[in-house]
Amino acid sequence: MSVGIVGWGCKLPRHRIKLETIADVWGAHAPSFKKGLLLYEKSVPNADEDVITLSTTAARRALMRAGIDPRKIGALYIGSESHPYAVKPSGTVVAEAIGCGHDVHSADYEFACKAGSEAMYVAHSHVKAGEMVYAVGIGADTSQGAPGDALEYSASAGAAAFIIGKENVVATIDYTHSWMSDTPDFWRREHEHYPQHGGRFTGEPAYFRTTLGCANALLEKSGMKPGDFDFCVFHQPNGKFPMKVAKMLGFDTKGPGFETGWLTPWLGNTYSGASPIGLTAILDIAKPGDRIFMVSYGSGAGSDGFIFTVTDAISELQDKAPHTRPQLDENKRYLSYGQYAKFRHKILRNS
Amino acid sequence: MAQTLTARVWREQPQRYRMIANRDRETGRVYFPPRLAAPGNLEAEFEEVQLSGRGTVATFTVIRVAPTPYADLAPYALALVETEEGAKLMCQITDVDPEQVEIGMPVEFEFRRLFDDNEASVIYYGYKAVPV
Repeated sequence: MSVGIVGWGCKLPRHRIKLETIADVWGAHAPSFKKGLLLYEKSVPNADEDVITLSTTAARRALMRAGIDPRKIGALYIGSESHPYAVKPSGTVVAEAIGCGHDVHSADYEFACKAGSEAMYVAHSHVKAGEMVYAVGIGADTSQGAPGDALEYSASAGAAAFIIGKENVVATIDYTHSWMSDTPDFWRREHEHYPQHGGRFTGEPAYFRTTLGCANALLEKSGMKPGDFDFCVFHQPNGKFPMKVAKMLGFDTKGPGFETGWLTPWLGNTYSGASPIGLTAILDIAKPGDRIFMVSYGSGAGSDGFIFTVTDAISELQDKAPHTRPQLDENKRYLSYGQYAKFRHKILRNS
Repeated sequence: MAQTLTARVWREQPQRYRMIANRDRETGRVYFPPRLAAPGNLEAEFEEVQLSGRGTVATFTVIRVAPTPYADLAPYALALVETEEGAKLMCQITDVDPEQVEIGMPVEFEFRRLFDDNEASVIYYGYKAVPV
């Protein structure tokens, strides 16, 4: 019996800030950023949203689609680099909120932007091994970018949740692969508010070497080639990198095969949520038989790769929960830089 | 400000996290938070009900001078929401300009941060309403 996704859900905040709004404050040339990074605006979490709330809503939406008893979930993992607590798990709150009960293995993962795909990877392995009926993998972040830093133009918020199981699978997980090396391109030390990064080093060798390493190994393992896939999705720290890496691998970047999961120009970089949220947008519209190629990337550095095949069961579930793209395009509330700074706790105040 | 009693909030998790209500088996009336006795019937029997997560605004006010834990959220709408099951509950309406809130407006409940005592304290979570 094939193991795969039995339910998926996405939650994006409603607030946005335009790239021009940030650039105006720091005297940056917005058209250059827009052209250079293919970024136009980004999501901002409300003051009452964090990784736990976004993950809970995404997981509830995954349950709406899967229609399973949450007490059959044996594991729940959240990958994020912005867990609300330094010490206290996010997963326990989410598991309680979605009604998993207490017989659950829960852990919070961290591996920069690939923590979400790690959660999916481990959830898949548990179910495949027969240890449990269902396992949940979540990728979520309310990303941090220092004021004025290049990261501030992209660091955004969102969550994607996947329930992995063996029955009523909507997308089988056919192949997986992980690739890693010790490449310190982006980091945040204990007690530091904002991450540091290695500038252009984050592109080459970090992002491209790692993503290509995983993608090529996954293609070799599967015996497939880019033309065999209907959709592809990559980690998207900006709009440019995933497009470049897709082209380097030989994927067609014009049309829905690439553009469906390419959300960063309007969403920003949701870090651990980035490629998982792109995958939810693909599942929202995929048809039975479609093949999906996904490779995440996390600084430090590593990539997780997945090949999915969509099954006949997907059509009935697609409209049972909110789709991802309308969350991106509708009901937006634009913020001034001052409101954004207040929401993101960037203003120093008397305690 | 006084420190919130973590144990008290922990005991309220079924309501705050999962919106568990109860229904009077005799009258069918749904109560949220769950009651131990019904008005006029101290021996009423109840069954547990999971609220659907949808409702409409019965009435509301706009809070502009908020208590300390909610000061950063002001101005916000504080509403009495009638759920699909007929229970009425008080909660904030978030993700909306309070000037746009109207009586009869359909809402759904989302899991949100409610408050904390300070940056070192436990964070308390629960439901808020958002426009549909």
